[in-house]
Formats: sequence, C-alpha cells, structure tokens
Amino acid sequence: MSYSLLTVTYIAASALFIMSLGGLSRQETARRGNLYGIIGMLLAVLATAFGQNLAGAMNVGSSGFAMLAVAIVPGAIIGATLAARVAMTSMPELVAVLHSFVGAAAVLVGLASFLDPGAHPTGTEGTIHSVEIFIGVFIGAITFTGSVIAFLKLRGSIGGKPLALPGRHLMNLAMLLGCAFLGYQFLADNHHGLQPLLIMTGIACVLGVHMVMAIGGADMPVVVSMLNSYSGWAAAAAGFMLSNDLLIVTGALVGSSGAILSYIMCKAMARSFLSVIAGGFGSDSGAVAAPKGDAPVGECKEYSLDEVVQALRDARSVIVVPGYGMAVAQAQHPVAEITKLLRARGCDFHFAIHPVAGRLPGHMNVLLAEANVPYDIVMEMDEINSDFPTTDVVLVIGANDIVNPGAQDDPSSPIAGMPVLEVWKSRLVVVMKRGKGVGYAGVDNPLFYKDCTRMLYGDAKKNVDALLTRLRDE
Amino acid sequence: MKIGIPKEIHPGERRVAATPDTAKRLKSFGFDVIVESGAGAAAEFVNLAYTDVGCEIVPDARSLWAAADVVLKVRPPTADEVLLLREGGTLISFIYPAQNKQLLEQLAARKATVIAMDAVPRISRAQKLDALSSMANISGYRAIVEAANNFGRFFTGQITAAGKVPPAKVLVIGAGVAGLAAIGVAKGLGAIVRSFDTRPVVKEQIESMGAEFLLLDFKEDGTGEGGYAKPMSEEFIAAEMDLFRRQAKEVDIIITTALIPGRPAPKLITRDMLDLMRPGSVLVDLAAEAGGNCEATVPGEKVQYAGVTVVGYTDLPSRMASQSSQLYGSNLCHLLDDMGKAANYRVDENDEVVRGALVLRHGELKWPPPKPAAAPTPAAKPAEPKPAATPVATSKPASKPASKPRGHGGGHHGPPAGEPGSPLPLLLAGAALVGIGVGAPPAFLSHFTVFVLACFIGYQVVWNVAPALHTPLMSVTNAISGIIILGGMLQVSGAPTSAATILGAAAILLATINVAGGFLVTQRMLKMFRK
Repeated sequence: MSYSLLTVTYIAASALFIMSLGGLSRQETARRGNLYGIIGMLLAVLATAFGQNLAGAMNVGSSGFAMLAVAIVPGAIIGATLAARVAMTSMPELVAVLHSFVGAAAVLVGLASFLDPGAHPTGTEGTIHSVEIFIGVFIGAITFTGSVIAFLKLRGSIGGKPLALPGRHLMNLAMLLGCAFLGYQFLADNHHGLQPLLIMTGIACVLGVHMVMAIGGADMPVVVSMLNSYSGWAAAAAGFMLSNDLLIVTGALVGSSGAILSYIMCKAMARSFLSVIAGGFGSDSGAVAAPKGDAPVGECKEYSLDEVVQALRDARSVIVVPGYGMAVAQAQHPVAEITKLLRARGCDFHFAIHPVAGRLPGHMNVLLAEANVPYDIVMEMDEINSDFPTTDVVLVIGANDIVNPGAQDDPSSPIAGMPVLEVWKSRLVVVMKRGKGVGYAGVDNPLFYKDCTRMLYGDAKKNVDALLTRLRDE
Repeated sequence: MKIGIPKEIHPGERRVAATPDTAKRLKSFGFDVIVESGAGAAAEFVNLAYTDVGCEIVPDARSLWAAADVVLKVRPPTADEVLLLREGGTLISFIYPAQNKQLLEQLAARKATVIAMDAVPRISRAQKLDALSSMANISGYRAIVEAANNFGRFFTGQITAAGKVPPAKVLVIGAGVAGLAAIGVAKGLGAIVRSFDTRPVVKEQIESMGAEFLLLDFKEDGTGEGGYAKPMSEEFIAAEMDLFRRQAKEVDIIITTALIPGRPAPKLITRDMLDLMRPGSVLVDLAAEAGGNCEATVPGEKVQYAGVTVVGYTDLPSRMASQSSQLYGSNLCHLLDDMGKAANYRVDENDEVVRGALVLRHGELKWPPPKPAAAPTPAAKPAEPKPAATPVATSKPASKPASKPRGHGGGHHGPPAGEPGSPLPLLLAGAALVGIGVGAPPAFLSHFTVFVLACFIGYQVVWNVAPALHTPLMSVTNAISGIIILGGMLQVSGAPTSAATILGAAAILLATINVAGGFLVTQRMLKMFRK
C-alpha cells in the first residue's frame, strides 16, 4: 500500500468518525453513526497493518503479524465479553474502566516511542518530539489511575465520600511542579531520559488517584466525562509523537466531546468545572450545609402502597422522575410495565430526566430504553418543567438533589442555583426513598416536608413491583 | 366532619347525591356519611347498601339536615329545605344561581356556604368534577334511547329474507357533550348520523364520532365563552333554518341540544318543518327545560304534532338515576378531594375551581366570580430570577448566579454564545500561536493545523448530540479513542523481543479491548432506543 493510499484511508476514517459523532445527534440515526465508527476503525487498523507491511522501511513481516494477532484477538474477545455481559445499570463502571485502558495504552505507547531505537529526530524536532512523549505519558497516566479510581468509586468498592487531605491543593501543585521539573531534566538529557520519564509517570499516577479520590460521588458524571476528554487528549498526544494525523484528529474529536459533556454536566449542577476538579463538595466553605434558621421543619407525610395505587388510578397525568436509586434497585423494568399499563388506560404519562440524574450523562435514558420505554415520552428538564403545575401525580423514584426546591429558594443551600425539576408544583408528589437519609450532596430536602408530598419508604424495586401487581389486579 | 345525603324531594327526581360506591370513597377521605332513609331508593340503592359501606341511616330529613356539616344534593333546595339547613352550614348542589335569585337570598339569610356544581369553571383541571358534562352525557344517551323507543323502525339498515330495511337517519343539532354522546349512541345503533353546530371547531369532534358534519356555506363563527355557542346573526339563522328545512324532509330523528347560557333556547325547528317530516318521525328536544329548540315542544311532556312525536322530557338524567347518581356522586367526590378531604377541608378561594363554583360564603354573595385573569397567557414565570443569590458552598459559580435558573441544562442545545468582554483569552491564544509559529518546525505545524481544526469540528458536532444519547456518545467516543491502537501498531515494527515491541503489543491489547467493548456496548444500547 502506497503512502498516499494510506493517507487517503486515514482521511476516510477521520470522516467516518466525524459522521459517527454526527449520527448520534438523533435517535433515528444513532445506530448508523455507530456503524460508521466501526467501519472507520476497521479501515484505520487494516490500513495501518498493511501500510506498515509494504512501506519497506518498517517491515512488520510475518512475526509482526503474529504479534498483532496475539495482541488483538484476546483483546477483542475480552472487550466483546465485557460489552455483552455488562448490566445497563453498571454502564458508568464499564465506561470508566474502558477509559483507564486508553490511558494505560497511551502510557505504553509513549514509553515505547521513547525506547524505539529507530525514530529519534534531533534539534528542534527532537525537542518537540520529547515534549510530545512527555505530555502524552503524563495525560495517559492521569487518565489511567483516575479512571481506575472512578471505576472503584462507581462500583462502590471504595466509598463515594470525597477524600479531603489537608493541603491537598498544595500537594497537587507540588506534584505538578515536580513533573515540570522532571520534564526539564528529560529534555536536557535527551537520550538517557528514561529515569525522569518513569518517575514522572509514577507521580502522574499518584496525581490521578488523588484528584479523583477528592471528588464526591455526586460529581461522578463530570469526572467520567472529564476522563473521557483526557483519554482523547492522550490519543491526540500520541498522534503528535508518532506524526500520525488520524490519531490527532480522533483524539481531538474525543477530547472536545468529553470536554463539552463535562461542561454540560457542570452547568446542570450550577458548578464551575474548576470547583468540581478541585473536589470536595461544599468543603471549600468549611461547614458543610450548616443548617440555617430556615432549615426545613415539619414532618414527612407517609403514604401506604394502597394510597399510591389509588392516586395513580385516579390520575389523568403522571410524571415519573427517576434517579440513581432507580438504577441501583434495578426498578426500570417494573416502572416500564406501569408506564404501559397506565398509558393503555389513557393516562398522560411522561418521564422527566434531569441532566445529572444517575452517574453518567444520559444514564437514565439508557436504562429506560433498556426497559422498552418509548423515547418520545422521555422528556428533558427544560421541556417538562412547565408541565408540572398541570400534573396530577409525580412519582420520584430514587432521586433527591435534582428535585430539591432549596436549590431555587434557599441561597444558603450548597446546591443553590442548580437547575432542578420543579416537581413540587404538581398536585401530588410521591417520593419513593430507601430511608430517611440525605442525597449525595448531603443536603436536607425541603420537598419532603411540602404539603403536596407523600413519602413511600422502602426498596424501590419492591415498592414498584407491588404497585405494578396492585394496578394490574384492578 | 359529617356529610349528609338527603332524599331528593323534587317531584319525579330519582337521583341521589351519593351512591354506596361514592359514599365509600367519601368515607375513605375521612368523612362521616349520613344518609336519609330511602334517599337512594328511586335510584335502586337500598338503605342496606349504604350501611354496608359504613354510612349511618337517619330516619327523616329534619334530623339529617340538622346533623350534617356539609349537605350534598342534586336539585336546588326548596324553600322548606333551606330552612332545614343548619345556620352557617354548607350546601353543595346544582343551584343555577342566575335563575334562582330568590333562593340565594334565602340561603344567604341562613349564613350558608354554597357551592354550585353547575358553576364549576370549564377548564381542563376541573373536568373530573364537571357535573354538567356528566349529566349532559347521560341526556345525550337517553335522548337516543327515547327516540328509538318512540320510533317504529330499526335504526340499523338490514337486508333480510323479508325485504330490505333502510337505516334510520338521525340529525343531531348542537354538538356539545350531549350532542356528541347522542351521535355516538345513534351511530352504535347503526343509524346514519348527521350533525350541525354553529362552531366550526367541533367539526373534527363530530367526525371523530363517526357523524357527518353539515357544512353551512356561511362564514360566521359561533364559538362563545366557555365552549358554549353565542347568538348568531339573522342572516346566519336564515341560512341555518333553510338547512334544517331541507334536512327535515330527509331525516327520521332529530335531536336538538342547542343552548345559549343565560338565554331561552333558540327556536330552531318550526312547526312547518315538522310538517315536512315523515309521519312516525321523532324529535327529542334536550333544550326543553330552557323553552325548547322546537316550537311544538311542551317541556316535560311527550306530544304528537303532525304525526311527529316530540319528546320534551326535562328529566332525562333522572330517568337513568343509577348511572347519573354514580357519575354525579363521583364529581362530588373529586370536588371534596380537591378541597382537602376531611383532614384539610377548606373552602379555598385561591383555588380557581372552588372560587368559580362558590356562590355564597357564610351568607356573603360570591357569585358571579371575578373573570379569571386573562386566560392562560404564557403565564409570567413564577420562578423569576431571585435577586442575586450568592451560592455559599461552591466557590466559583457566583459569576452567574441564579439569574438563569434553568441554565443550559441540556434542553437548550447549541454552543453557548461566546461571552462578550474579556479579550484576554483571545490575546493569549494569539500570543501562543505566534510563539509556536516562531519556534516550531513545519512538520509539527501541519499536524498542529489538523489538531486545531479537529477540535473545532468536534465542538460543533458534539453540541448537536441529543442529551438522551450522552451515554452512547460517551461509549462511542470511548471506542473511537481506542484509535490509540495505531500507536501500538506503529511500535511493534522492531524485533519481537525489544522493549518497544512488547510495550506496543500491550498497548494494542488494551486498546482492542476498548474498541471492541466500546462499539459493541454502544450497539447494544442503541438497539434499545425505540419510539
């Protein structure tokens, strides 16, 4: 394969990747988009394999192909198994762990590139090449360990509470400076720089761990999309060091995509990107959510299952607000059945999805789709907020902070200014909740004390199942 | 709180304000329900049925009215009944305040609180307690039943061994709730149904019931307030009468339902039209109580005119007492539910529905209600920007506080408008570009060009992604970022044992997991999205 042909194939692959992201703009075209991505990837891999083989200077030879096969076949099998096995509720974990692979790969590529005896340009180009390697490894390492921690946090293997070491900002700064210094050494000592490079890799790994440890569970959507972005930049950096445009294009696409997602998530929580990264929800102000004089008072009114059934039966319009609790309890299937049942009875039924519901952007949509809820009744916050005043019953399933009226009318609330679903404007709100605890933000929720609110305590799955059986029996 | 259900004393009235079923619901709201002995008898509900659901039976009207905090009735009370009402008591019933000024005075003298079920505003929220609609629905149904009863032929067309039977032709004038119900029933019996209404908007509703909409070649819209019709111009009426005259020759059954609020019913079917109808035809006049749409109508009676049976019953709902009591009782339940059940019972004048139906409050005249503030204009947002709420806990977002409570969340889609102001970032970017231009070699610059442009493309493309697809977006970008596999592949070129090759191979392995896992899981997810 000639060099030009290789380049042309790369251009085609880049175009396919762009079309792939473009296809995701709508549900109707999304699957085609994914297909474009797959084709693009196949083209890129094949072209690289054969391009190398024929390029003479870098003769892969049969041993090279054997090497490729040894690496690709098990990788593909592992990946396919993961994809087939994962439950839709553990999607955030899967995404996080996949990010860590990209990070690790970027580190490996960077090291390999440094050790590769063939390619060591000199002069300015040599310096730039070294900078590229250094940055690539740095980003890769942070992505790697950061993602691993995010994965563990999402799985619940380690607690969701932010780890707030004293002087952690200083520590981060020190580590960054250390890396910069090592970078200087690395550049100065062009051909024997392995030691500073490895030390820097270690420091970056620690930095990744520390950064994500300091971020609370509620901020995970931001973290996951941020790591998504990093994995893109890592790929782009690898592209620079290997002078490969396809890597650069793709890395930039992924990087900006992740950055935009992080931005959207931050907006949805009324927090700045920096404050999320700096970590520790609310800890900057000292006292966490110090209850002011106007802390919600009164008591929560409970509802029995029968009363909820009665309310649902009489309701002409129902909106369900799902949250992470629904995902944890795996309640999406019975919820979908209730949806079907009530819709068949002529009830006006919708879902309201807050942008940060769940632990991943769009998490709830995926779960509802898995349970066969038609996507045209699943509404975004801005679409549905004006509908609450005319709604008979709102069912809040395992959501808390995203329906907290305190965000709007209590300036001292840690989540003040965060856009929320205005469920309290409806006629009746039934909140299904595991217990009397607070949400991830650790804030008490005045919604629970409102006149229109009734609580239904207990495991969401069990309660929803029971609701379904009773509604069916009528 | 005690709710009292007296026996209706109006002659011929068979309905009752609560059936055992609705009484049970009232009980579940926390009310005590007392029922006058024999109150439901005419509607086939015996005393025992009420006691079975926990109601108390009282022997006579006097003790019932005395004991009840709230009295539920169907017909407006008579002067005698008003005297029975406890001083300061509450009455929920049909009242027709516009026609019954004297009754209002009597009730006011008792310091009564009165809610008129006929004055419930016709807004969508109040549909479940709209008793007029419930009753109109029954009237429409019963109108066809009466018509069929007095009509000597089948409604449906048949071809039998004994010969062909033509289907009956039914004309329904006025397609309100009653008219539409009548259309539905007539259609169900197999008749050919036509309908006319001065409001063009109901054409679709008429057609949805399976009737033919008779179009008048005349441009005038009769849509009035609250979904009722308004009076029409003389020319229009002339054209309309002409249409009816032509129809009278053809149809077998005419159902008239034309009512204009607060006025006598318009005379639409004149005697000469009845002359044109075939003998044996039937006209059922649902507007009989308001004087009738037909000149020959005698309210409350069935009469013959020129071989046409003219039915002017004014008690059609009462003739289906079980059904109408059940529906009316449900309407009352919904009202009491809205008013806070027993625990939080109150007459809330801020509630649009209660305010609309409230006639007297402790004897003070509350009727007619003030006009609702300019219909549903896109109401001023209740949650307007709060005066610069300063977030305490978060460090940064203070720059744009609650002024935009809904933010970009995800619904508004598109890149945020570049904020005017600080040119600093632009200057920095410019300086950085100059720096790179001075120092970097051309080969790097060509890659850099590609990089910057790709960032912009990514930015544009990703803003268009629907929020619902953010998870698939993430897993797809994840798969795509597995492109780093190329980096690994470019490294395995050396000897199989060299460090670079081994590291490269490991990178390939990891990246492949990513590529395969990412694409497949995306595929799996996207398959689930269905409309």
